[in-house]
Amino acid sequence: MAHVAQSGAGTAPAILDEVKPAVLPRAVLVSNNRSFSWITEKICGIIEGRTPAWWWVAFCVALFVASFTVAGITYLVATGVGVWGHANPVNWAWDIVNFVFWIGIGHAGTLISAILCLLRQKWRTSINRAAEAMTIFAVVCAGIFPVFHVGRVWFAWYLFPIPTANGVWQNFRSPLEWDVFAVSTYGTVSVLFWYVGLIPDLAVLRDRFTVAGNRVKAFLYGLFAMGWRGSNRHWSNYEMAYLILAGVSTPLVLSVHTIVSFDFAVSLIPGWHTTIFPPYFVAGAIFSGFGMVLTLMLPLRSIYKLEDLITQYHIDCMCKITLATGTMVGYAYAMEFFIAWYGSNPYEGFTFINRAFGPYAWAYWIMITCNVITPQFFWFKKVRQNTTLVWVLSIFVNVGMWFERFVIIVTSLARDFLPSSWGYYSPSIVEIFTFFGTFGVFSVLFLLFIRFLPVMPMAELKAVTPQADPHANHEEFTGHGDPVVERGHA
Amino acid sequence: MSKIFPKSANKLPLQIILFVFILAGVVTAATTYYATPKYTRVGYAPVQPVPYSHALHVGQLGMDCRYCHSNVEKSGVANLPTAQTCMNCHLHVRPDSPLLAPIRASYESGDPVPWKRVHQLPDYVYFNHSAHVDRGVSCFECHGRIDQMEVVQHAQPLSMSFCLNCHRNPAPQLRPLDQVTNLAWTPAQMPDHAKWAADFVKNNKVIPPTSCTGCHR
Repeated sequence: MAHVAQSGAGTAPAILDEVKPAVLPRAVLVSNNRSFSWITEKICGIIEGRTPAWWWVAFCVALFVASFTVAGITYLVATGVGVWGHANPVNWAWDIVNFVFWIGIGHAGTLISAILCLLRQKWRTSINRAAEAMTIFAVVCAGIFPVFHVGRVWFAWYLFPIPTANGVWQNFRSPLEWDVFAVSTYGTVSVLFWYVGLIPDLAVLRDRFTVAGNRVKAFLYGLFAMGWRGSNRHWSNYEMAYLILAGVSTPLVLSVHTIVSFDFAVSLIPGWHTTIFPPYFVAGAIFSGFGMVLTLMLPLRSIYKLEDLITQYHIDCMCKITLATGTMVGYAYAMEFFIAWYGSNPYEGFTFINRAFGPYAWAYWIMITCNVITPQFFWFKKVRQNTTLVWVLSIFVNVGMWFERFVIIVTSLARDFLPSSWGYYSPSIVEIFTFFGTFGVFSVLFLLFIRFLPVMPMAELKAVTPQADPHANHEEFTGHGDPVVERGHA
Repeated sequence: MSKIFPKSANKLPLQIILFVFILAGVVTAATTYYATPKYTRVGYAPVQPVPYSHALHVGQLGMDCRYCHSNVEKSGVANLPTAQTCMNCHLHVRPDSPLLAPIRASYESGDPVPWKRVHQLPDYVYFNHSAHVDRGVSCFECHGRIDQMEVVQHAQPLSMSFCLNCHRNPAPQLRPLDQVTNLAWTPAQMPDHAKWAADFVKNNKVIPPTSCTGCHR
């Protein structure tokens, strides 16, 4: 900044005259020079147009798949938690694996909405609405598993510290209880964040339906727009509320999966009792979350022709975050092995050898392939530009992260301290149905979202278009970030 | 654009918030009052096959609890008396009273009188009368002034918090062993009950369990 200060005083340092800084134009976030009205028409058009045939097909399929969860859970409640395949020694299995899997997926939404907002990463605007929706729906799917895992689900309210005639409280020293607060806070804040962001867009839809004369829809969107008029005061309050929510959610990105990892790390089971778990779980959660964002956004982009709003630059950014977090996860795997050897604890050592070469080695190597090798393809620009390949790789990420949780939870329990109580866990058909069905639950919710709510925040998108930038026309000469040209703003 | 909402809709959010708060308060208060054992169980007084009056037998005639509930100091269960116990006296006292017909029938047939149970703990709760009675916990603590009841009624909630209140701090409820069945006794009748109770807890090893498995075995 010293240079800028000097040059502002009128004497530019000689070096800058000789060495012209490279012109590094910023990537354009809305391509093809699209106008504000084009954006409004595009996003609102998805909702206002006729329901496409593919939507009905997808919706019916999703409902059918979701019925598997309903059937599985109904059978569980009617019969007892024994219909799931876990038994001594593996008392946490698919239910907890699925819980951690779904809760992890949600993390990309919170990261995009909170941390990227605070870091002013403008590319978030194209994907944040859908990613936040994904977060909420993933939390819904995640919540099913621990709630029904308690067995007698009608007592699940015991998880909450409500004063009762029993005169006892929850064990506040247990990470399982922290989990209740972490996940419920996470769900609440995610819904608030999502809803606050939706208000201006709901008002747009209210006004458009009013003009179109559809009073029922105008009323419904108007109800949730809560009287938004788009006045300066509204926007000022909105921006402040959004910033505060971003600040509140930022610790949640780290805390939720940290506490989920405490469910394991605070116990004494070899393979669980490690201090690396919190950062390792958070990195894994963001990794899996971005995998899911790619899985969802790429088809959405292609079906609704949103290439101008989700540009190659957006895909690059998401791929790079996936690559970074995937590499962190790979580092954590390596570090777990190193510490198991370096720590000289025979049980710890055995656990990791057993993971890689024991009865669950197949799951371990699926995990390594999907989580460590898959993201490395994103180093290559050619791969990142091939949307189909990116989508396929994102599926591998999703699969790999499910297997990571399976490997951590099941292998450690199946081979703990006492060889006499070793076992091998296989899921029952009820568990498989219940998990399979949650993809239907998730899809039903997501399909309803893209049909009835604006998939992107229109106002925020308009703010990042080239037209919204007063310097846009100078771009061809210098580009942003040129200290000489920008000194006036320094 | 025509209006979608009337002007009064501006006040709606505030009204909804107010309504939700009031509703939450009412629901909480109603649940606390009506849905806890203090309300659902206290005062339960079923009509018994024989209108046996504890007020008459214990309060006026001065019979001891243990004359009828004879195993209470030795057994986990405070037994109900058989008809033979009743007939010890009623062979001679009002032997022809029509009110006592079910007792006489039971005495002759050997089938028990179908008393209606007043105090019933859930199956998942282990409770032992002798463990309590033999450590200075009076009948009164759970059953109230039975000696004044014409019809036995549920005097205390017997909820888990009721048990735990005493298990967590037993001393104030303790009394000398010879006063356990004296329902009229109060700690005020003792010059220094607190010191006596502290010694009693120590000497008699009154260590009520507060872990889950103490009662949920």
